Amino acid sequence: MLPSGPAALLPPWITGTVQTSVGNVNRIATTWDVNDRRGQIKARISDRFRMAYTVKPGLFAVGNPTAESPVLLSANYKLSFDILRRELAGIDAWVLVLETQGINVWCAAGKGTFGTDEIIRQIRSAGLEKLVKHHKIISPQLGAPGIKSHLVKKTTGFRIKFGPVEARDIRRYLDSGEKVTPEMRRVTFDIKARTVLVPMELSMVMGKSWMVVLGFLMFFGLMPQGILFNQIYAAGLPALLLFLAAVLTGAGLTPILLPWIPFRSFTVKGFLLGLLPVGFVHYLTAFYVTPFDNLFLLGASYLVFPALSGYLAFNFTGCSTFTSPSGVTKELTILLKVYAVLLLIAIVLLICYKLQIWGIL
Amino acid sequence: MRYLKEVVTLSYDETKCDGCRRCTEVCPHAVFVMNGKTALLTDRNKCIECGACQNNCESEAITVTAGVGCAAALIYGMITGNEPQCGCSTDDSQGGISCC
Repeated sequence: MLPSGPAALLPPWITGTVQTSVGNVNRIATTWDVNDRRGQIKARISDRFRMAYTVKPGLFAVGNPTAESPVLLSANYKLSFDILRRELAGIDAWVLVLETQGINVWCAAGKGTFGTDEIIRQIRSAGLEKLVKHHKIISPQLGAPGIKSHLVKKTTGFRIKFGPVEARDIRRYLDSGEKVTPEMRRVTFDIKARTVLVPMELSMVMGKSWMVVLGFLMFFGLMPQGILFNQIYAAGLPALLLFLAAVLTGAGLTPILLPWIPFRSFTVKGFLLGLLPVGFVHYLTAFYVTPFDNLFLLGASYLVFPALSGYLAFNFTGCSTFTSPSGVTKELTILLKVYAVLLLIAIVLLICYKLQIWGIL
Repeated sequence: MRYLKEVVTLSYDETKCDGCRRCTEVCPHAVFVMNGKTALLTDRNKCIECGACQNNCESEAITVTAGVGCAAALIYGMITGNEPQCGCSTDDSQGGISCC
């Protein structure tokens, strides 16, 4: 149960109310407090937190908006909403938050939740035509995959104007009489944008990696006498380190270095970087005694770990801003065939390895 | 940065264009530019098939099989036989995998 009383229910970023012809509208802060900053970090690390990081959809006021003030659309993912309101300091505007089930604008537009029907619904429920004199709404440009603007116009009379891609350009856009420059229209994916996505990628993989750990312990420990701890320690641990390295190259290093790794296929990029740790271990075998002195195990490692790295890199297509579904489908089709062969060879090599360790081969 | 070449489903019939400029406004990769009173399809290989241009082309000059270029979504679609989708903003009952 939530605590009762209006004060307890209001989030701290609501700073008051504005009286309008359609009733009281909550005014929102244009600065971030500790919770907003903490939320931004958690939303980039924890999937569970992110999926529940929402604001209540509806109409909000920024500053002292009037019937002439612009109306800006946003998603109800709190991070999207926070980034927008932080850019609106000193601006008088209305913000209309759509119910996108806690998803950012672009992804929600791809699904249609940030879209025509929801815009029409929110325009009506906010009483927008009574609130503002002009008949236009500014949508983030990346909302466009979900919006048929002519249908919104036909149904509600409101014209959708597509503003800049990034909230950071909103001020310049409004100041220039709602003119968008070609740079504001273009989606980019620089090293900073790629790097902030890496913690989430890593945490998603690591969440499932206990299965791999368990599998490795079983595989390396399994001897004719039973499961032996010294085997786990001698061979399993180094292999686990290679697994960790493959996760780091596939879900971390490949996204960060994306444009500088040769080839267009994400899988190939990840596979190439995934070869490096195995190559390094191979190099070490010249100086130290390692379990990878066994050529069957070394051979299997050259297949399995780069393949894992490549697969994780392939998953980064979903985060990227320049991949098409047709392209990803093509890559997936090829990947399935090649990986089936690779895995088969790896399994044969690993069986040979075990047989040799057991003294059978 | 560029993805695979010659794969996208985007097609454009210039004769149907009414010059409203919407496609040049919504495309995040500047695939369409205005050439006088009609839009010009420039670099098809930059298209990510998001569907924004088709949605906002009232004269139906643009067709594209729209979707998300997301491996997790496509793998989900392949395994379940449903429409490709990730877990984002779908009900738990519908399944899907969490991603974007």
